[in-house]
Amino acid sequence: MSHAIQDRPVSVAPRRGSLSHARLPRWTPAAIAAGSVAGGIGIGLAAGWHSKVQWGLIAALLFVLVTFAVTTKVEGSRQAKDRVATSLIWVSFVLAVVPLLSLAWVTISKGMDVLDGYFLTHSMNGVLDAEAGGGVYHALLGTIEQVGIATLIAAPIGLLTAVYLVEYGGGKLAQAVTFFVDVMTGIPSIVAGLFILATWNLMLGFGPSGFAGAMALAILMMPVVVRSTEEMLKLVPNELREASLALGIPKWRTILKVVLPTAIGGITTGVMLAVARITGETAPVLLLVFGTKLINPNPFEGAQSSLPLYVYEQYAVGTDAAVARAWAAALVLIAFVMILNLVARGIARWKAPKTSR
Amino acid sequence: MAKRIDVSGLSAYYGAHKAIDDISMTVEPRSVTAFIGPSGCGKSTFLRTLNRMHEVTPGGRVEGKVMLDDENLYGTNVDPVAVRRTVGMVFQRPNPFPTMSIFDNVAAGLRLNGSYKKSQLSDIVERSLKGANLWNEVKDRLNKPGSGLSGGQQQRLCIARAIAVEPDVLLMDEPCSALDPISTLAIEDLIGELKERFTIVIVTHNMQQAARVSDRTAFFNLAAVGQPGKLIELDDTERIFSNPSVQATEDYISGRFG
Repeated sequence: MSHAIQDRPVSVAPRRGSLSHARLPRWTPAAIAAGSVAGGIGIGLAAGWHSKVQWGLIAALLFVLVTFAVTTKVEGSRQAKDRVATSLIWVSFVLAVVPLLSLAWVTISKGMDVLDGYFLTHSMNGVLDAEAGGGVYHALLGTIEQVGIATLIAAPIGLLTAVYLVEYGGGKLAQAVTFFVDVMTGIPSIVAGLFILATWNLMLGFGPSGFAGAMALAILMMPVVVRSTEEMLKLVPNELREASLALGIPKWRTILKVVLPTAIGGITTGVMLAVARITGETAPVLLLVFGTKLINPNPFEGAQSSLPLYVYEQYAVGTDAAVARAWAAALVLIAFVMILNLVARGIARWKAPKTSR
Repeated sequence: MAKRIDVSGLSAYYGAHKAIDDISMTVEPRSVTAFIGPSGCGKSTFLRTLNRMHEVTPGGRVEGKVMLDDENLYGTNVDPVAVRRTVGMVFQRPNPFPTMSIFDNVAAGLRLNGSYKKSQLSDIVERSLKGANLWNEVKDRLNKPGSGLSGGQQQRLCIARAIAVEPDVLLMDEPCSALDPISTLAIEDLIGELKERFTIVIVTHNMQQAARVSDRTAFFNLAAVGQPGKLIELDDTERIFSNPSVQATEDYISGRFG
């Protein structure tokens, strides 16, 4: 008996209670992923499916199942659960990223056709629907002005509301404000547009203008600013407020010089995200700004255009030239939001509290 | 400079809960008074009533009188902001303003109060940092962020920030509890120097520290959890630690508590 035991190599049969156990090599998940993709394509081709979505789903399913089977066999059931959880996370990540990348890819590939300097600097004045040419300048200008005015209205009000809620609130009024901010978050954009249409345009008798659209956008933006600023202000440690108050600094200066600067990075990001949200709104713009082919630099009088509205109009026309313009304008819209986001991140990083020595 | 504090019949509440009950004591000027006692006995709460920081806590409320020389801090027309300029405070955890440089941290009290002359500012900052024994360590990097300093340096920065506004009284709420023994020693030495100019009140859980730095010691206790804290006795530190007049004090100090 003793001979037989001694003959067996130690590494194959780890002793009971040992801290080490069989491990899959580090490249295993990558290999399983590659194999699953190959398997997905193979099964898809063999079954004669045309949809790449089906291929992908088969591959994802294979990935999870093979990971589970292989790990259970080699590493044991606890590690298998861990690996399955990890592989599910990877699959979810890929499922989330694929639409994003595909959207970016389609927009860029279709939008680049007509996007050039001429497109950015000319309006649609005198351009027929079926005709190539024309541009997006009037819409870009309108978007910048409307979003700018909306931000000028909504950001200060939202910021001050959040300051009230976090620094001064606590009673019934604060509860009510929080409740209504939550309700406002859920307002559909068309309702905000109709509200301004009913009050500003129908009751007070103003015509369509960029400013009317900006007011509707401000209504949509305000709750987002309040919410994000509130969360950022709550993150500021109470010790900093107390340190400042204990120096004999009045409360309003404490908020202005200590609390807000500490949170400014997050606040900026929040405002920029809100800006990004309203930049793509079409419905209130359609109702209130009306749309035009001409360059109208005055947001307070006369119809303007805006990028989402322009995309909608051009797509509705439906000719080849118009659809190409719609894709290019969509690309401009995405790039505009992207640039705003990058600027916001830059500001946030620049203003964030520094910890380096 | 360095005023006497005379407390009489002071109770403090958090909402309906009474945290400290009917405390009367006198804190001598140009001396160090230490508060000791078990957790939850109201030492910190009492300390915070001395510069009206207690009422910053939601539901915080105070009854009684705190005389700073001949002025009642809780008098009808007293401005809490003015009180806090006169009675400075250093907290348990170092809390430099993260957005400000070392220089700006020290200058913050003066700048944000708006009561300073520009030409004097760098003199005051230098004097305060020297007063906090920090000048030599930071004089080459005054424009670097204060949060980049070590914990002990940050605490001395907070002390420099507190003394830059030239208060009459300096309250310290367990200023060394987050620090290592060497930084603690540096702060204790500093307290010994600062008492020449300020009235100092320090809360501490470290009885050796109370014995080392303080001239007078007050022992606080509470009858049971949920009961308000009370002042048991206040005496010269030497007497409290050698021959206290109340049995509970002796039990607490010798570790026979509870």
